[in-house]
Amino acid sequence: MASDPHSRDIGEPWLLRLVLVAGAGAVITLMLVLPLAVVFAEAFAKGVGYLLSTLSTPDSLAAIRLTLVIAAIVVPANTVFGVAAAWCITRYQFPGRHVLVSLIGLPFSVSPVISGMVYVLLFGLGGWLGPFLQAHDIKIIFALPGLLLATGFVTLPFVAGQLIPLMQAQGIEQEQAALTLGASGWQIFFRITLPRIRWALLYGVLLCNARAMGEFGAVSVVSGHIRGVTNTMPLHIEILYSEYDLAAAFGVALLLSCMALLTMAAKAFLDWRDHRQFALGAQAALVAPL
Amino acid sequence: MLPGFGLTLGLTTAYLGLIVVIPLAGLVLKAGQLGPAQLLAAVASPRSLAAFRVSFGAAAIAAAANGVLGVLLAWTLTRYRFPGRRLLDGLIDLPFALPTAVAGIALTALYVEDGWIGQLLKPLGIVIAFTPAGICVAMAFIGLPFVVRTVQPVLRDLRRDAEEAALTLGATPWQIFRRVILPPLMPAVLTGVALAFARGVGEYGSVIFIAGNRPGVSEIVPLLIVTKLEQYDYPGAAALGTAMLLISFGILLLIQRSQRRSGVHGI
Repeated sequence: MASDPHSRDIGEPWLLRLVLVAGAGAVITLMLVLPLAVVFAEAFAKGVGYLLSTLSTPDSLAAIRLTLVIAAIVVPANTVFGVAAAWCITRYQFPGRHVLVSLIGLPFSVSPVISGMVYVLLFGLGGWLGPFLQAHDIKIIFALPGLLLATGFVTLPFVAGQLIPLMQAQGIEQEQAALTLGASGWQIFFRITLPRIRWALLYGVLLCNARAMGEFGAVSVVSGHIRGVTNTMPLHIEILYSEYDLAAAFGVALLLSCMALLTMAAKAFLDWRDHRQFALGAQAALVAPL
Repeated sequence: MLPGFGLTLGLTTAYLGLIVVIPLAGLVLKAGQLGPAQLLAAVASPRSLAAFRVSFGAAAIAAAANGVLGVLLAWTLTRYRFPGRRLLDGLIDLPFALPTAVAGIALTALYVEDGWIGQLLKPLGIVIAFTPAGICVAMAFIGLPFVVRTVQPVLRDLRRDAEEAALTLGATPWQIFRRVILPPLMPAVLTGVALAFARGVGEYGSVIFIAGNRPGVSEIVPLLIVTKLEQYDYPGAAALGTAMLLISFGILLLIQRSQRRSGVHGI
């Protein structure tokens, strides 16, 4: 411990330290631990049997399936986009580069409700393309495509947000060396770049997935809340909650909480594995100028 | 030059165009369909103004609380070694990872009259759930990690010679904190507070369960937008959305400017 620059015994008296640590513990307990604990308590309030029966109703199963389908489509799409965007932004100098970075960060600074609304205004009945879509019997709003678009918009920055600062810092010397040795573009990417960004990439994918499964506001606007059809897990929580079936609402919430806890555990593992602090928010990374 | 410029730039611009630019342009154009008088009526009606007041007021209170608590948490988690520190540090990210609807019903369950916290506050005459105070609680939860995670790296890199010098010169802990430690932390604190504020203003899922949602009292702007959409008042919703969009861009620009001036980079 003596070599740790942060624990050298200078500064505050021990009583002050104790008070500060106790205060921090109290804040974390009150603001973070209790909300998590109440989810578990309420979910098991009517027993394990009731919990399992509410999770296996057709509506709950349909919500779980829909949430998994959305994540399975949106996460790979935003991963490919994130890698491509990070490659072109950090590997080349071109006019408009900063505009692209700002656009990628945009969904973070937009209210989720607006993220959903833009597609309603585009594809909804009174929207720009509404009459055309209705004439050709294409459903986007209140259907799966709308849910995919809204979720895709909200989770667009996560992978790119992890990769851009990292690849910018790494520079392009190694890739250029490979190029002069005659490697092809794909060889360079898979043999040189990917191994050096894999943990950040994995982390971005995990964040993207957590948000895709948990998104509420944007999806709520485009969903139409059709049970068994356009009802995702977070929306199903709202329906169960408004029907005063608290144990069932918290049962679905419990599943999503476990997903969140797994994401956080994976972050802790990646922090330890990669010896660096991953930026969970990623917002600040995108806000910061390159 | 490395290969792949055309492919990646094409993919990036096409994807951004389809998912972000065209839909946002549609929003602004929809609001533009209204004349100036109608636009003003939509954004400046008593109900809208009240909603803006609630959203921005609650977000400001929550962000200020995040600023104070965030510095306390960042300080103890970075400077002190104690059992359970790593676990507590990991927990800070919970609001980023927990779906907002889950946070919303969990906070409501805690703060209703017979909830774990609500029943302790009731004898004191304090009501949180279904009042504007509940909105602050939800926004404070959502915004908590921003300040902690922007301040922590700065604190970690802070040189301690100045503190030691101040100590040997007889400064009290409070003087050292106020005069030596806080000044270099301030840009990061303000960035974190601004991010928390921006997040709070747009927040929907965690707020609507605990807010009570009474028009004029505890109705936030995002909820008013949803209400207008449900009534097929698309131009009205678009006008409110555009107003919010402009305000968030303003906040974002301020953050970028302050970061560039102070040299704070991304976490």
